[in-house]
Amino acid sequence: MAQKRKPKLAVWKFASCDGCQLSILDCEDELLSIANAVDIAYFPEASRVMAKGPYDISLVEGSVTTPHDDARIQQIRNASKLLVTIGACATAGGIQALRNFKDVKEYASIVYASPQYIDSLSKSTPISDHVQVDYQLWGCPINKRQLVEVLSAFLNGRKPNIPAHSVCMTCKMRGIVCVMVAHGTPCLGPVTHDGCGALCPSYNRGCYGCFGPKETPNTRSLSEWWTRLGVNDRDIMRAFRTFNANTEAFRRESEIHEK
Amino acid sequence: MKSRTVDVDYLARVEGEGAIHVKVKGNKVTDVQLKIFEPPRFFEAFLRGRNFTEAPDITARICGICPIAYQMSAAHAMEDALGVKVEGQLRALRRLIYCGEWIESHALHVFMLHAPDFLGYQDAIQMAKDYPKEVQRALELKKIGNELVTLLGGREIHPINLKVGGFYKVPTKRQLASIVEHLKWARDAAVESTRLVGTFRFPKFEQDYEFVALRHPDEYPFNEGHVASNKGLDIPVRDFENHFFEEHMPYSSALHSLHKERGSYFVGPLARYNVNFDRLSPLAQEAARSAGLSSECRNPFKSIIVRCVEMVYACDEALRIIDEYEMPEEPAVEVKPHASMGYGCTEAPRGSLYHRYRIDDSGAILDARIVPPTAQNQRTIENDLREYVSKNLRLTQEKLTWQCEQVVRNYDPCISCSAHSLKLTIERE
Repeated sequence: MAQKRKPKLAVWKFASCDGCQLSILDCEDELLSIANAVDIAYFPEASRVMAKGPYDISLVEGSVTTPHDDARIQQIRNASKLLVTIGACATAGGIQALRNFKDVKEYASIVYASPQYIDSLSKSTPISDHVQVDYQLWGCPINKRQLVEVLSAFLNGRKPNIPAHSVCMTCKMRGIVCVMVAHGTPCLGPVTHDGCGALCPSYNRGCYGCFGPKETPNTRSLSEWWTRLGVNDRDIMRAFRTFNANTEAFRRESEIHEK
Repeated sequence: MKSRTVDVDYLARVEGEGAIHVKVKGNKVTDVQLKIFEPPRFFEAFLRGRNFTEAPDITARICGICPIAYQMSAAHAMEDALGVKVEGQLRALRRLIYCGEWIESHALHVFMLHAPDFLGYQDAIQMAKDYPKEVQRALELKKIGNELVTLLGGREIHPINLKVGGFYKVPTKRQLASIVEHLKWARDAAVESTRLVGTFRFPKFEQDYEFVALRHPDEYPFNEGHVASNKGLDIPVRDFENHFFEEHMPYSSALHSLHKERGSYFVGPLARYNVNFDRLSPLAQEAARSAGLSSECRNPFKSIIVRCVEMVYACDEALRIIDEYEMPEEPAVEVKPHASMGYGCTEAPRGSLYHRYRIDDSGAILDARIVPPTAQNQRTIENDLREYVSKNLRLTQEKLTWQCEQVVRNYDPCISCSAHSLKLTIERE
């Protein structure tokens, strides 16, 4: 009987800070086991070996910001059985999607020092705007435990076990004192997808939404609470317009507060 | 005349997307390009209008490997603008978290990205088959660096606990004590690693570089100091732009930073070492000497030894800070905005990182300028490639190509950083 072939893993980079793929190398305890379980076929940050596809799993970091990258993601999709986006850039367009809010007229009036050298799209978009995506991991950066969970789920043919509730819920479960109720600190926890384990509130800081909107977030209600705490429209707009600014829920809410 | 090219279309084992192109005619190198095709992300453009308090968290997203450096340079620049000093134990905690970033970043580069070149492996995972103990030790060392960052910052990538004025929450003495045993182990492991990499074979390659790094009266530099060099430069951070400028090359989405009179220069561990050897701890100096280094080193291939020496120093310094730690009463100094301009420069693992911001009375950022380490090293890397290829034309194509990659990896380039933005000029009709 033929020996079972190891699944081929590829890691791709688009516009990003590299932090999410670094999470793979930050799995110091698991890295060598991962390397035993899969054939790391394409991961330029870690290896000179760059094997051709097809790949069983492609992890994609970063957002699409150039015509060339638009074409490249199509090729990657065609060469991949499963395509998983890792992080806020690939899943939501990332911080660089702040360009999407520039007024078209104003945008046209901004000219590069040497524009002929640069080929850039006017919007930064998530991978799912371009190709079908099989699974999305949120976070700026992703949680490396969740990454290991997703990899081991797919390697074992099961569904990843990633909670879908809010940061607010996690705070309650961890018994963290509510920063909004106790200290009047504005917090995006009620509308933000968990993944960090309610990190900011545990450091006496309000959540700033780096894991993006949870399912059916009530952003309208949260903004009203923020207003009652004395937060002005400009600051509410900025709060929804950071690392996941391009998501439907956060974009809509930020636009309500834009003057 | 016979011509030859060395092309690396996608550089491996560096952070970000880059390529090398070297053209040779006869015995002469006629063209060298370190091409950076990482798409620009326009940070300096969208920072406009954001609040001054947001700069540390937003600019951290320029680089997932050295977010502390961005948070620090941004925070220092804002504090400089607003006339705030962060001193005492809060200042010490900033040095402490920086130690963690140097350890994790250097351990990553030394063993996962650079050592495989010296030992002839495609990557560290292949290397682990023949050097299991060494790779395991490196991973453990890296993990302890990350542990320190997580302890103070909340997580290793894009930590959440740093802000303009200090921290959101400071650790107790007992919390810091929990990592002491690990750091002692890490210090021994770093000494052992220095010894190991000192036995590698190094190409004979020395250049007359201008090494630029921060220099502080008492400390090996992390957060503060003058911008100094081995060629007599010694200026306060706020004068940076009077001495350096940036140039846009057609083949790169990163700007080249150059000295106005002397052109290319060199930042990073090797530069810090040459400018600040006398500020290293005795143990770090001893580790350097035992690996065959004197107080000066002009061979960029040996930067791998210097990174190990800096890991020894970072462990030593972290232990010293923890030993002297008393929990401050307040986690941060209060900071109120007013119209002003501020400058910050700190030592990222891969070199000096300069930030400058102008803000208005409400605290909104009017404009921003960021000069990352790799932008400053680009021209020097190209010069090295030119020199190296000229002297090694006899090598086979395969070997020369690999060694050209190594010449670039000597600098631990961070390409996402270097292409964070391009300067925008606004033209209105």
